[in-house]
Amino acid sequence: MADVNVEETVKRIVVERMSKTEDEVTLEARFIDDLGADSLDLTELLMALEEEFNVDIDDEANTIETVGDAVDYIASKVSS
Amino acid sequence: MSNGLLEGKRGIITGVANEKSIAWGCAQAAAAQGAQLAFSYLGDAQEKRVKKLIEAIPGSLCFPCDASDDESIDAFFTSIKAEWDSIDFLVHSIAYADKEDLAGRFVNTSRKNYAMALDISAYTLVALARGAEPLMPNGGSIVAMTYYGAEKVLPGYNVMGVAKAALEASARYLAYDLGTQNIRVNCISAGPVRTLSSAAISGFRKMLNANAAVAPLRRNITTAEVGATTVYLLSDLASGVTGETHHVDAGYNILGMFGELE
Repeated sequence: MADVNVEETVKRIVVERMSKTEDEVTLEARFIDDLGADSLDLTELLMALEEEFNVDIDDEANTIETVGDAVDYIASKVSS
Repeated sequence: MSNGLLEGKRGIITGVANEKSIAWGCAQAAAAQGAQLAFSYLGDAQEKRVKKLIEAIPGSLCFPCDASDDESIDAFFTSIKAEWDSIDFLVHSIAYADKEDLAGRFVNTSRKNYAMALDISAYTLVALARGAEPLMPNGGSIVAMTYYGAEKVLPGYNVMGVAKAALEASARYLAYDLGTQNIRVNCISAGPVRTLSSAAISGFRKMLNANAAVAPLRRNITTAEVGATTVYLLSDLASGVTGETHHVDAGYNILGMFGELE
């Protein structure tokens, strides 16, 4: 399943970039409120995902709040 | 002892946000040539990043500076002066536009957003140059980062292109005024680079690919290359160069036609 790989990879990148444990990085975790991301962290994260998956992050990414949102967003980009 | 191009020189680097920043490419290149550096930051998110990055360049200074606020600029230069008697260079890498103005029609730019983009992206060079001038009694070099969208229409770049045109023109007038003090002012027009700021420009990856496909060097440029050219302009090698806009764009700007002849 492609989506499982997307979820694993997104979580791994979030863990690395945000210096969090795997337990903290759940699909429900909110980047700003739960993971302590600041205004630039989220942009950096999206750029890292963009490079990893070789996709274009566009304005729709502005609505991403949780790890699950990011997984869904990347999954939709990878499959299209 | 190394014999760097900027050995014994001190300077200010603005606009470092993370390791991908053009300003960080400039900082690394300048430090490698022996320069001592002072960094400015705006807000907590940038402070955290700059302070972490500059651990790699021991002896660097770091102070807050809101370049859109004259009092903050005064306080910044006061802090610099408390540490250093004089400086030799300043790198300007500051720009801002409302994200909603970096897509769609330029004609819809509001008066307020137009003024803000020009204030932060162009006037800040004037304000910082004015603050730096008294700290450059032995002459100096100021370099500002611009982009091709100042010269030609790049759909979507919009008000930022107008702001960069103002920046380039400001650099020429500053070069004239400050020339009597042996202070040189030049711009570097870098090709597209994937930085935090570029994340605000829609379709940026398409732009990167399009540039790499047709530019004479058939590739995009790196922040290290912008840094290397910045070092040249900051150094005495460029002692006869002022008021110039120097392209570091793999040659893209010379093209009059795109694509290959069969």
